[in-house]
Amino acid sequence: MVRVDDVSKTYRTGVESVTALDSVTLQIETGGFVAVQGPSGCGKTTLLLTVGGLLKPDNGSVTIDGESLYEMPIERRTKFRAGSIGFVFQQFHLVPYLNVRDNVLAPTMALPLDDARERAEELLEEFNLLDRLKHTPAELSTGERQRVALARAMLHEPRVILADEPTGNLDERNAEIVLGALAEFAGAGGTVMLVTHDNAAAAWAERILRIDRGRLVEGGETAARHNAKAAG
Amino acid sequence: MSVFRLSLREITHRKLSFMLGLLSIMIAVGVLVGAVTMLNGHDLRTEQVIAQKEAETREEMARMEDDYRRIMKDMGYNVLILHENQDIDELEQLGYPTHYMPEDYAQRLADEKISTLNHLLPLLQERVNWPERGSEVLLTGVRGQVPIFHGMKHERPPIMDPVDPGEIKLGYDLARSMEVGEDDTVTMRGTELLVREVYNRRGTQDDLTAWVSLAQAQEWMGRPEQINGILALECICDPGDLGAIQQTVRAILPDTQTYEFASLIQARGLARQRAAEAHETAIEQEMLYRASLREERRAFASILVPVAAIGAAAWVMFLMMGNVRERRSEIGILRAIGVRAGMIQRAFLLKAVLMGLLGGIIGLMAGVFIGAWLSEIAPGIQGFGALVEARVMVAALAGAPVLAALASWLPASLAARQDPAIVLQEE
Repeated sequence: MVRVDDVSKTYRTGVESVTALDSVTLQIETGGFVAVQGPSGCGKTTLLLTVGGLLKPDNGSVTIDGESLYEMPIERRTKFRAGSIGFVFQQFHLVPYLNVRDNVLAPTMALPLDDARERAEELLEEFNLLDRLKHTPAELSTGERQRVALARAMLHEPRVILADEPTGNLDERNAEIVLGALAEFAGAGGTVMLVTHDNAAAAWAERILRIDRGRLVEGGETAARHNAKAAG
Repeated sequence: MSVFRLSLREITHRKLSFMLGLLSIMIAVGVLVGAVTMLNGHDLRTEQVIAQKEAETREEMARMEDDYRRIMKDMGYNVLILHENQDIDELEQLGYPTHYMPEDYAQRLADEKISTLNHLLPLLQERVNWPERGSEVLLTGVRGQVPIFHGMKHERPPIMDPVDPGEIKLGYDLARSMEVGEDDTVTMRGTELLVREVYNRRGTQDDLTAWVSLAQAQEWMGRPEQINGILALECICDPGDLGAIQQTVRAILPDTQTYEFASLIQARGLARQRAAEAHETAIEQEMLYRASLREERRAFASILVPVAAIGAAAWVMFLMMGNVRERRSEIGILRAIGVRAGMIQRAFLLKAVLMGLLGGIIGLMAGVFIGAWLSEIAPGIQGFGALVEARVMVAALAGAPVLAALASWLPASLAARQDPAIVLQEE
């Protein structure tokens, strides 16, 4: 479970200051799939990075499965991040000189994993990229690149995946593959926080959180959740 | 996935940047090794040049000495040792000495191994009546040269062979006037003598001289065991002895004087000495020139080496800074997925160390060959191995990676300190 309690974050540049998060409190249950929406600059990415242990808030706390991220020493938080959190970004952030397999294996630099190669190949097979093992990111389509990034995020079987506009550069078919994979991850017990402008993408989530000028203004169930409940 | 693998992949991906850095390290190491090699090569070359010049001088001196000896010998004896009371005017008027010395004087000179003389020929010479011809003749009694051992491998053959008892040798004009030739017999003072040799014309009083054995002459002249001169050939066995004949002879035979009659030979001897001095001066000048050239090269290297090292370090730092900027996104995501800052720093430093190591090896080889080329030392010649000192090789191979790592330290630290949150928000 991810808990965000009364988190605030203000960016200061000289005399000016911008409040990116203003006393945000939220909770995502284990196995939850939450979309975060809001206008540009409202604090969505700041919230995602804060939950990811990359951006220490000015106030408040972030806990994942009971472990308070910012009370940990940096080294431990880094290790925690390596083992428990997966990131997916709009720009993929693949290492350009590593091939597909090595990009997926990149997290093992931080945290060694037994049978890492087999696990990587399983993921790549799942994302239909087994024939692209030796290709570099420049030789892949944008959809393939995002699938590689998703495989990298899932290598260590994290507890949480944080996705920032993962479908922003993808066509509808590839977006569906990525969102389907995130939904499947959540369905298997993982927790997903998806930051997106795209309402269609947000519709894959169980719940949508809306942020405006750093404040959480709304959080309701989506049709997917409603339908799932109705079906269940 | 390891840091080493990541660095290798990055190097092969960004070859140009790596090659440019490697080139600068290579130049710095090449300049250092080249400078040391050049100076070592210069010293070696100097030794070769000086040794060559010395060999040429020795050869020239040996050639001149041979020429000198040949000329001296061709011209015959050029020193006459006389009794100290002998009047030179009288000698020149009469053509023979009138004061006498013991016969063993020549042996005493030889026993003392006198270095300034060679080919000692004791003689007894007087103008005597030749009754059978009804005229006077200059009669010279000789017994052959007294050998002096100068330590040479081969002692020189005598200028004049001894005249055996019962034989006579005649000057050209004398033999012609008597109408006799070799193997004829002549009678002198009732003794029949075989004409062993008739000398070619010399243009001196030798042409009117008859040579008999010393014992025969001593008997006829009533001078047993006496001589009145010792002919000798001035020997420049030691150039410092030139002109010192008088003193060296008198040191052995105090009651003698030395009469030199070949000033041309003395001039030649002096010329030879001057030539030797000129060669020595040339060698000294060559050494001075090469010492000056070495100093110029050393001074130039003492500026160039640090400039190249600082330049290489600055260039590597510049390239690494660019590399850090280029890899911001990559660093951001690696940090986000849990790669520690120290590993990021190690990745950059490892790249720098590899750059330094390769640059050091190539620079070392290039420096050796360029340094050898500049100092005109050809590979494969004797002493080529001495051009490269082990400590320089170690300094180059260890120093280059250290230099590259130090130059990359700041960029690597900046890379490690990059905040992934900032990098990821920029995208």
